[in-house]
Amino acid sequence: MTLNRRDFLKWSGAGVAAAFAGCATPPSGPRAHVVVVGAGFGGATCAKYLRQWNPNLDVTLIEPNDKFVSCPISNWVLGGLRSMDDITHGYGNLPKHGIKMVKDSVVAIDTDRRVVKTRGGASIGYDRLVLAPGIEILTDTVKGFTEAEAAGKVVHAWKAGAQTALLRKQLEAMPDGGTFVMSVPAAPYRCPPGPYERACMVAYYFKQAKPKSKIILLDGNPEIASKKALFTDAWSTLYPGMIDYRPNNAPLAVDGDRMIVSTEFDEVRGDVLNVVPRQRAAEVCALAGARNDSAGNWCTVNLATFESTGAPNVHVIGDSVGAALPKSGHMATNHAKVCAAAIVELLAGRAPDPIPVIANTCYSATSGSTAGYVAHVYRFDAVKGYVAQPEGGATAKGDTKNFGFAESWSKNIWADVVG
Amino acid sequence: MNKQVTLSCAGIIGLCLVGVAAAEDVHIRTIAATCMTCHGPGGKSVGKNPNLAGQNKAFFVQSMKDFKSGDKPGTIMKRHASGYTDAEIDALGDYFASLK
Repeated sequence: MTLNRRDFLKWSGAGVAAAFAGCATPPSGPRAHVVVVGAGFGGATCAKYLRQWNPNLDVTLIEPNDKFVSCPISNWVLGGLRSMDDITHGYGNLPKHGIKMVKDSVVAIDTDRRVVKTRGGASIGYDRLVLAPGIEILTDTVKGFTEAEAAGKVVHAWKAGAQTALLRKQLEAMPDGGTFVMSVPAAPYRCPPGPYERACMVAYYFKQAKPKSKIILLDGNPEIASKKALFTDAWSTLYPGMIDYRPNNAPLAVDGDRMIVSTEFDEVRGDVLNVVPRQRAAEVCALAGARNDSAGNWCTVNLATFESTGAPNVHVIGDSVGAALPKSGHMATNHAKVCAAAIVELLAGRAPDPIPVIANTCYSATSGSTAGYVAHVYRFDAVKGYVAQPEGGATAKGDTKNFGFAESWSKNIWADVVG
Repeated sequence: MNKQVTLSCAGIIGLCLVGVAAAEDVHIRTIAATCMTCHGPGGKSVGKNPNLAGQNKAFFVQSMKDFKSGDKPGTIMKRHASGYTDAEIDALGDYFASLK
């Protein structure tokens, strides 16, 4: 299968549009084609809003998975609050928005000729390319992890899906009085409050089903990296004595046979081990020359348009972006909207909004009925990048009202992304 | 043949809509879209967060001011409302009121 711009022109009837180009002023007349790689929070949202804001764009969305599994709320599955079905959504609605879905993955990108090549053998041309692949887990940075993971003994469950389900099963099979050991990588990593919410959710489950059990949290950071007051309060008031928190304790190795996690200071045995290694922007960003920060781990972009500083006509959104912004699903959707708006303007020969404003909203559950949030509005400044506005911040204590808002947030964001 | 003609016309109308879109305030439209992450696509909520589509402008603007000042206390909206200028809130009021 080969789809290029010419083929898109053929089936889109763009020749007609070009003949009547006088009633609008696109620079080149024919329909422009935007290819989006990755149908997660960022990519699916970007594809939808590109089509919404310019129905004359051809938008192709390339995604290898059959279904969207939400990382936000996946900790709730571990706590027994939700099922895998609850966080899993099909892609069936996206074609209704005029998005061409291609179930495949990208194996090469020619940024000079503006063509992506897929594993399935397709060559797809683009005017603008959006990369929204999420993270790649650096499993090699923890000795023994790859082997333990392949054996099904130790998971990271930091991409929602089969590993989330497996971790829940391991927790269910653990005897009362057992120990759950989780390790948190040093920042930056996907979902800063995620590890601490996970500790709450596992504690919530243990409290009901196996109250003699313990949790050891080995943190590669010097302190709780997000919503510190919220989690500190929850651990001491809801789960007293259950969570042993050890900062500055990044994992060096894991032994899936002896069920031991080793750090510089500790050797910790557990009945269920959940090791989350460090991360970086997914490999497809490197294919475009966009994984271009000094360490080669994250993507540097013009934050007003999300265009890569390393690859012209290539935009990067979501967790792959290296910036002083939280790596959250909510932020990915906001990157997507600013990026979609900028692409629509650029393709029409107009200047994009020079001062975009985005926001983050992130809820974490502390029990089966309580949650807290962190929220900031970020205003773009050409010199400073996105500046967090001073009234932003986090709740210090979880409550039932915010648990309800968290549920409502999940329904609305899923509708926005794949609805 | 008829179908062909219809499709062609749709193409022309669609193209002309690009011209309309250009006149839109992209800055406000993008902010409004970020509100929809919590308030539902098109401003139509599928959860308990309120709809923004078709919202009365005066009510919207007053609510945002009250969130900002703390007169309407206790929710995440103080964090959000405080991040926007009065001019943006006014324009967002017009935008949401215009959505059906």
